Amino acid sequence: MEWPALWLTLRLAGITALLLLLFGTPLAWWLARTRFRFKSVVETMVALPLVLPPTVLGFYLLLLLAPDGAIGRLWQHLGGDPLVFSFKGLVIGSVVYSLPFAVQPLQAAFATLSRGCMEAAATLRAAPLDRFLSVAVPLARPGFLTAAVLGFAHTLGEFGVVLMIGGNIPGRTRVISIAVYDQVETLQYRQAHLLSTAVLMLSFVLLFTVYTLNRRHRRGA
Amino acid sequence: MARDGILGRFDLARAAFALRAEFSVPDRGITAVFGPSGSGKTTLLRCIAGLERAAGAFSLDDEIWQDDATGVFVAPHCRAIGYVFQEANLFPHLSVRGNIEYGWRRVPPGGRHVPLDRTIELLGLGGLLSRFPERLSGGERQRVAIARALVTSPRLLLMDEPLSALDREAKTGLMPYLESLHETLAIPVLYVSHALDEVTRLADHLLVLREGKIQIHGPLADMLVNLQFSIAEADEASVIVDAVVAEHEDRYELTVLEFGGGRLTVAQRLYPLGRRVRVNIHARDVSIALSRSADTSILNILPARVAQIADAGPAQWLVRLDTGDLRAPTSLLARITRRSGEALSLRPGLAVYAQIKSVALVG
Repeated sequence: MEWPALWLTLRLAGITALLLLLFGTPLAWWLARTRFRFKSVVETMVALPLVLPPTVLGFYLLLLLAPDGAIGRLWQHLGGDPLVFSFKGLVIGSVVYSLPFAVQPLQAAFATLSRGCMEAAATLRAAPLDRFLSVAVPLARPGFLTAAVLGFAHTLGEFGVVLMIGGNIPGRTRVISIAVYDQVETLQYRQAHLLSTAVLMLSFVLLFTVYTLNRRHRRGA
Repeated sequence: MARDGILGRFDLARAAFALRAEFSVPDRGITAVFGPSGSGKTTLLRCIAGLERAAGAFSLDDEIWQDDATGVFVAPHCRAIGYVFQEANLFPHLSVRGNIEYGWRRVPPGGRHVPLDRTIELLGLGGLLSRFPERLSGGERQRVAIARALVTSPRLLLMDEPLSALDREAKTGLMPYLESLHETLAIPVLYVSHALDEVTRLADHLLVLREGKIQIHGPLADMLVNLQFSIAEADEASVIVDAVVAEHEDRYELTVLEFGGGRLTVAQRLYPLGRRVRVNIHARDVSIALSRSADTSILNILPARVAQIADAGPAQWLVRLDTGDLRAPTSLLARITRRSGEALSLRPGLAVYAQIKSVALVG
């Protein structure tokens, strides 16, 4: 069993899901409420990773993260190690790649949030951040759960982007999908079977949990 | 600078609607904000709460919540208001107790003047505290919403048609609670309604809105007989008079009430003699005769004098009749057809008899 690859993948997916919630929440909140003229431009950019071939996305990320790319140069200027072919680079790539999977459910949850409840909270002395935490977050709970799990699960399945910006360095960038590909290439079918089954089961359990919990929430917890 | 009462001035232009309102109402009792739907009642409350940003100013005694001249605009959560929305807007993820304590917790302990326990008891919520909003009836939801707003110890309570989403039975059930609030708490209330019966039962003061403008405001009793106000509401026009229980005619199961304009006989109410009651007399239930007819089934016929006549729609007149002492008359309204009015040659000053077909005790 490829334990390092499995562990690396879970770490990558976990950190990515966390970052997605951190950055995706304000972005989704803004998208759900704004009347900004170019809102649809922002929405389109968020949705692009849904349709772009991962290799295309990975190619652009490679250009940006490379030592002479815009982000890579800034990063190294600030004293960071090179981003390409590193775990940090993978995290950045995964956040971009899975962004729509976190932002869209959150945006949908915020958009259907009762304005009346938020206004009631305001008249009950709750300041804006207090209102968000005590009313918006509990009411949008299914959205958060969906965003976290989809962000996590989608990162598990990442292949093309990793291939472009991460390569296949064991313990650093060799994730499950790459490992399976590698094993098949080298005709290690038994190994590939084992790893694939593990991923299949993990993904099933994750998604099943989300759907069950969200259904219970809709029925009223 | 000491200011008195509730002073407001708002100017808000929307695509389909404009609010231009300037008003001052007393800082005690219930002020009804009355008008047809779309007249800007809710918008006015939202401006007062700061949920809507209009140009203008608003102050409550010495507290200034908005003053564009000095750039003051206090955020809604920093205003000591209680807001009861039309649709209750309870938090679905919190129990009744959680809903009631939501605002209460956010008020510093020194500012909690309205006791939690007594409010829960006053609104009859003791048995519902662990329930969630989805398992409450419409009337119960509104009671929770009222309790939730009250325990923040507001300096001003805003109620936006709290009864409109309820069926008749729930309405009748909630009325006594609203009336008891009036008696037990010294918080001024702005009460939005388009139902005249609610207004006549609860309010002390009236502010009439029409197409975003304040048509008129003043004490309720004066307002209801004011023809300028009543014309547009001719179908609903009515007056309220304060009366006392004077006599019981047990044989006919009737009660006699005495008011400034004379005596009124109504179906028996087992009230003690001397008790004060509020009586609502609809204009459509009052007709006019030139002489006192002896052969009529109408019990309540009062001598009166025509004070004012106004057109109320194409075929109708609304007539103000003064009864009782003419130096301090008690006014009634009568709605009659123009044809009858001309046939009787009605004109101000004419002595007539007001025939009152029915009288409703409202409190």
